[in-house]
Amino acid sequence: MSTGTEGLVSGNPGPRSWRVKIERRLEQPRWLMWISPIILILAALAVGAVLLSIVGVDPRLAYSRIFSAAFGTPAGWLRGEIYPLSDTTVKATPLILTGVGVALAFRMRMWNIGAEGQLFIGAWATTGVALHLLSPETSPWIMIPAMMLAGFLGGALYGAIPGVLKAWLNVNEIITTLMLNYVAIFFNNYFIYGPWALRGFGLSPRFPRNAWLPRLMDLSDRFPIFRGLTAHLGILFGVAAVVVVWYILKYTKWGYEIRVIGDNPEAARYAGMNLKRNIVLVMMVSGGLAGLAGMSELSGVVHLLQERFSPGYGFTAIIIAWLAKLNPWGVILVSYLFGGLLVGGDQIQPFGIVQMLNGIILFVVIGGELLLQYRVRILRPERIVERAAEASGS
Amino acid sequence: MESSAKVDVPAVDMRGIVKRFPGVLANDHVDLTVYEGEVHALLGENGAGKSTLMNILSGLYQPDEGEIRVRGERVSFGSPKDAIRQGIGMIHQHFMLVPSFSVAENIMLGMDEPRFLLDPQKIEGTVRELSERYNLDVDPSSKIWQLSVGEQQRVEVLKMLYRGATILIMDEPTAVLTPQEVEDLFQTLRGMAKSGHTIIFISHKLDEVLAIADRITVLRRGRLEAAGVEASSVTKKELAHLMVGREVLFRIEKKPAKAGEVVMEVEDLQAEDDKGLPALKGVSLQVRSGEILGLAGVAGNGQRELAQAICGLRPVMGGVVRVHGKEVTNAAPVVLIKEGVAYIPEDRHGVGSVPNLSVAENLALRNYRWPPIGNGWRINRVALRKQAVELVQTFDIVTPSIDTPSRLLSGGNLQKMILARELSGDPRVVIAVHPTRGLDVGATEAVHRLLLQERDQGAGVLLISEDLDEILSLADRIAVIYEGQIMSVVDAEDADIEELGLQMAGTRVGAGAEKGEA
Ligand SMILES: Nc1ncnc2c1ncn2[C@@H]1O[C@H](COP(=O)(O)OP(=O)(O)OP(=O)(O)O)[C@@H](O)[C@H]1O
Ligand SMILES: [Mg+2]
Repeated sequence: MSTGTEGLVSGNPGPRSWRVKIERRLEQPRWLMWISPIILILAALAVGAVLLSIVGVDPRLAYSRIFSAAFGTPAGWLRGEIYPLSDTTVKATPLILTGVGVALAFRMRMWNIGAEGQLFIGAWATTGVALHLLSPETSPWIMIPAMMLAGFLGGALYGAIPGVLKAWLNVNEIITTLMLNYVAIFFNNYFIYGPWALRGFGLSPRFPRNAWLPRLMDLSDRFPIFRGLTAHLGILFGVAAVVVVWYILKYTKWGYEIRVIGDNPEAARYAGMNLKRNIVLVMMVSGGLAGLAGMSELSGVVHLLQERFSPGYGFTAIIIAWLAKLNPWGVILVSYLFGGLLVGGDQIQPFGIVQMLNGIILFVVIGGELLLQYRVRILRPERIVERAAEASGS
Repeated sequence: MESSAKVDVPAVDMRGIVKRFPGVLANDHVDLTVYEGEVHALLGENGAGKSTLMNILSGLYQPDEGEIRVRGERVSFGSPKDAIRQGIGMIHQHFMLVPSFSVAENIMLGMDEPRFLLDPQKIEGTVRELSERYNLDVDPSSKIWQLSVGEQQRVEVLKMLYRGATILIMDEPTAVLTPQEVEDLFQTLRGMAKSGHTIIFISHKLDEVLAIADRITVLRRGRLEAAGVEASSVTKKELAHLMVGREVLFRIEKKPAKAGEVVMEVEDLQAEDDKGLPALKGVSLQVRSGEILGLAGVAGNGQRELAQAICGLRPVMGGVVRVHGKEVTNAAPVVLIKEGVAYIPEDRHGVGSVPNLSVAENLALRNYRWPPIGNGWRINRVALRKQAVELVQTFDIVTPSIDTPSRLLSGGNLQKMILARELSGDPRVVIAVHPTRGLDVGATEAVHRLLLQERDQGAGVLLISEDLDEILSLADRIAVIYEGQIMSVVDAEDADIEELGLQMAGTRVGAGAEKGEA
């Protein structure tokens, strides 16, 4: 048993000097919650800068290149060059849609990491409608909504599978959603190399013009400034999805149930909430948004189904949802950041810097989150001096 | 050095402790002096700051001001690990054990010593030895989920002893124990005190405090109200006065019941417990409007299962549940809520509240479906907040604001929040399981009044409690449950404490049983 003199080292003040103490925060203050992602991203960039200079790249140059590629330069803006922003918007669009869907599921502690697969199935269903179900002459006013519906439903039904398995058989959704990603990708490959293949190329035929989402450049007759800009209507789907999810969570019974179930399922059951139904519903909406992302990507950017139309948007969505603290509005911000990194990545040498930065951001953010749960207190020396005096005196 | 020789150096000396939380001054220059080998009780209303003060002493929180000395040495703890190195260990209001682990594994958990190599045999041996020495009967190899609450508590005590705790803090240890378990615990505590351990003990049960404590410190609203009073020199009434600052009656005025038709009944009800063993073996009870039926019994005899089976939270294997004559056996919980059945669960953290949601949102858990809060598929947040403001006031819930997450409420205030939610909707049937567990004397009185008020407004109340005094002072009829069977049902006037006590222990008594059939 302890005699009272041993083990004093850690609990006891050290020599007579200022002492720094690290202690756990009980509560994260609100201001910290909001600015912590910014601090963390800046910290990540700082770490990245060190690594860049080690490999002999001037970090200032690299960052300004990435930034100007992603968001433009003030001088450029004055000249009316907004194409960097447009490019970044194109990349941010699928990230927002998948990110907000993932965030919704995470709110209920349904760990849907299957957004990538849901996005592929959404894209597949979209292609089916655009190429096979409707004739190429169908008016865009029918074509586009039909494709949206198909994309959403495809993702929703695909999301429903792990939902049902979880709700009725209590199968862990992390495993099922992860596995279903691969199933979806293979399913897709079967179609683009098989029945839907264009001369066995791993590509579907191009969508008819009426199945394309309008892009800014389509308006360049009236607004010359939009010439060549590829940002498309999908970004509005993204913003609308954010508004809807935010509204659901805050102002609807269903959102209230999602938050209660996410925090304490026992209490939810006790309050008479239907857990099974909610699990399936949340997975469907989450999957549906990912499916819609697939639709918007095909209809707005690629205009055909191919093997690698997504560089892993559905996986990045997990990081985005997390960085955004599962806040729908935060998803927009973080998606633009990652979209910018994707765009900037194409512009700078050596290739791979952006992947490295991505990795560093993830690493610093996860580590930093933990650190921010602690606070540093600095103890003034006189308290300690007083104690030292007592210890020697009495 | 000389500190150990001198007897009058306190084991623990806390001076001028201040702890602020956003919106609350939980401890306002509090002093606490505890001597070696004594049992020191810490008293105070709900939210007075008792748990906070002890969390500071055990290294979980850091004080904003003030100093702590342990055996004369100034200390400052960064974490509970620092505190345990000084021999200070705390057992919390809700236990911190891993249900799927064995007793020995739980005791090992979080220890620095054997990092990778676990030697279960050796640990079990040591644990066994400790449990014999201190009369803490528990099998080191059984899993936590198999243990009763009392046994789990023994595991917590063993855990602390194993880590070399000589100063043991217990936050409301008796709130969840049966009378027999309380007796056992006190035996242990006395033994420990005799062998030089120091015990700090938080409780709201004044009789217990007077029975076990050597000295008593009382807090009120974060301030020191009485410091280290000799337990032999105060009465229960004086203590209550110190705690709440006014006279407490310990008796409640109650009008005779005007019992009406049967509002809730169970017939030959059968259900299983969590382990799949029969917990209810044919229970039949009737609750009429305007009366309180007290269900007495030692915890673990089927009370929890009965409440859950009625409310649709546990499958009924046989028998019938009726509310207002309508059969609701195995109905979804929402059906019972719609029928106006209020349920105050015994587990307020695990079941009764949603920790990270605000107090306002917790208060809406029952009625978010209906106007004024539910509005079609939407939630009216203005109405939700308005309700919260009203309930916080009416039920006297101490909280920094209605937006505070409910996990930050003190134990007693959390219970008040649940009561406010369940009783505010004008329920027609109230099922209250240990409704005053963990409440201070003042709040207990308030809850008793509320239950009586519900009764007088025509609700039928099923009061499940192991506190015989509570049942005797509130119930109009009293039933006794033992091993999943009803031993008897008697009118409160005819109740005989001795008989009830015997029945709670499983002895059938002629007169009582006869009435029970009626
Ligand atoms: N981590 C926290 N953050 C914010 N407020 C807190 C926190 N912990 C406690 N409080 C508040 O501090 C006050 C004192 O709480 P404490 O838990 O110490 O009371 P208590 O005396 O143990 O009461 P009870 O008898 O109800 O358990 C309460 O008003 C409580 O809401
Ligand atoms: Mg407490």
